[in-house]
Amino acid sequence: MSELTYLEAIRDGIREVMKEDENVFMLGEDIGIHGGSFSLSSGLLAEFGPERIRDTPISEAVIIGAAVGSALTGMRPIAEIMFSDFIGCGMDQVLNQAAKVRYMFGGKGSVPMVLRAPTGGGSGFGPHHSQSLEAIFAAIPGLKVVMPSCAYDAKGLFISSVYDNNPVIFLEHKYLYKNKKYAQEVPAGIYTIPLGKGEIKRAGKDISIVASSYMVQKSLEAAEILYKEKQIDCEVVDIRTIRPLDIDIILESVKKTGKLMCVEEACSFGSFMGEVITQVTEKAFDFMDAPPLRIAGKDCPVPYSAILEQEMLPSIDKIKDGILKVLGKS
Amino acid sequence: MKECKVRECVLIKEKLTDLSGYKIADRYSGLAKEVKIEMLKKMYQIRYFENEAEQFILKGMIYGTCHLYIGEEANAVGAINAIRKDDWIASHHRGHGHCITKGSDINIMMAELIGKGNGYCKGKGGSMHIADMDTNNLGANGIVGGGMGVAVGAALTNKLKKKDGVVICFIGDASTNTGIFHESLNLASVWKLPLIYYCENNQYGMSTAIKNSTNIKNLSERKASYGIEGVTIDGNNVVDVYNVVSYFAQECRAGKGPVLIEGLTYRHRGHSRHDQQFYRTKDEVEQWKEHDPIKRYQEFLIESGLLTADEAQKIENEAIADIKAAAVFAENSPYPDLKEVDTDVYAD
Repeated sequence: MSELTYLEAIRDGIREVMKEDENVFMLGEDIGIHGGSFSLSSGLLAEFGPERIRDTPISEAVIIGAAVGSALTGMRPIAEIMFSDFIGCGMDQVLNQAAKVRYMFGGKGSVPMVLRAPTGGGSGFGPHHSQSLEAIFAAIPGLKVVMPSCAYDAKGLFISSVYDNNPVIFLEHKYLYKNKKYAQEVPAGIYTIPLGKGEIKRAGKDISIVASSYMVQKSLEAAEILYKEKQIDCEVVDIRTIRPLDIDIILESVKKTGKLMCVEEACSFGSFMGEVITQVTEKAFDFMDAPPLRIAGKDCPVPYSAILEQEMLPSIDKIKDGILKVLGKS
Repeated sequence: MKECKVRECVLIKEKLTDLSGYKIADRYSGLAKEVKIEMLKKMYQIRYFENEAEQFILKGMIYGTCHLYIGEEANAVGAINAIRKDDWIASHHRGHGHCITKGSDINIMMAELIGKGNGYCKGKGGSMHIADMDTNNLGANGIVGGGMGVAVGAALTNKLKKKDGVVICFIGDASTNTGIFHESLNLASVWKLPLIYYCENNQYGMSTAIKNSTNIKNLSERKASYGIEGVTIDGNNVVDVYNVVSYFAQECRAGKGPVLIEGLTYRHRGHSRHDQQFYRTKDEVEQWKEHDPIKRYQEFLIESGLLTADEAQKIENEAIADIKAAAVFAENSPYPDLKEVDTDVYAD
């Protein structure tokens, strides 16, 4: 057990599965000697060699396609795309190949691959390096989509993703990567957290806040502030996996608190939390004491200028205001 | 075998031996007579399978679309016979011929074509998605160039597992203008993967002639960009296809990296079910039909004394009977259980 950042925890997960299973290998741009754009794979080339830590050309389509083909024929590839925005360059491989192979083949063949990519804003990378695209991936049957919120979860969910027999889009929030504030005690060795199981990150009785990834951390901070300021007791539900979705943990929470607010960084129109609110409304309307609310990114690209970026993204203040609104205290 | 003189770009058998300096041995001659005859049988089987599929289209039994391989049989049969059973193939939307040659069951294939529950994909894929993992067939693909990433992955598996297997990635002429074509050939060449790109140049991407969409004469010239080997051959000559793929498969197994083979060929039918073929003349079609790969190979076998005309007729009749039986099998097969509609989306 040692204190690791989110990024170090993922690296530790990669190292553990590569030590355990010789069918696991990694491919991506600048992941070798350079250690990846965020140094996530730093040291892995020295440890595992160039056959298993494979630097590729800037060719997102064939990086993802090669992962699909090697997965179909017996390997467990980890493909890294430098920023989740760049998956757009290889989207056919995700949408038409990885996701559909098993179904199209009538249940024969499986695609046990992980497509890892840093995601999200808050780092000043601008419109092509900051998007939150999880709703697009989650809308494609055949894919699993994972968005960890903390170092402990990141490692456990990552190891589960590698051993899952389906294509998993593993979205890592770049703002969490190296932030010491979010470093955590992470066990050494292999441990897993099942995909499709959420977790109550803060128990409370007044309102259910549903979030994933970095928005869980922001929601927790907002919850603590409101508890201190106004004794409002928020429950924060970290869904951890976008698809499959643990709707049960959300429903249980909403049945307890009677109120729902969802927080996400993605643009609100057509967002994933729209799906969450729909399902809760369909399945637990009678338990709801107030209309649900969604705090999301504004409907525009993620801008570059720091003040504009902050304006576009959900903030602790926006989350606090949302909670007060749902509770009728604004 | 008679030369094929349609279009100036078609290369002739005797040039193969000195083509770009490759010393392509005649491995075909050393094959057992049974294998040579079997190749003719497969070509007939594909031809009549496609004829029957066409009948299914006309009878309205094929829901959606279907792309026929009639006229291109020598490519699949020559190429796949030149590799081993444990080698992989990836195919494209005109993929029935590859599937049959790799060893799939024509009954189960036919059932898939008409959406039956016992088809290769349980009726979920149809003509454009037939795959058969048991025969190491990574499947047809509804996206032009869609198999080109997957094939790189399969070849990478061979390399990482230190197997001497090769992969044939069948593509069409039009796929050479997609982005994945470049990414795939480039990566395979950098990693020296055991991958044979076999481009079936049937002259048209749907209605667009390759000469109108591509500014080079032979598509195999693209090899220069990747520093790999490649040739353009007569894809309607099954002996040439066999010899060339045999040669390059051996090179691939020896670790020399990927290769780009262009087989010049022609589809006798339109692109798919609705195609009035305004883009080509009847004369052109008739000219190519004179170089029908089955007719040429059968004449060659008879001239070589390996087959009599009567025996050839018998082979053709057997293919017709087998395919009729497959059609009956498919028609009598049950439709999928509706409960199957959303199964097989995820693996356990």
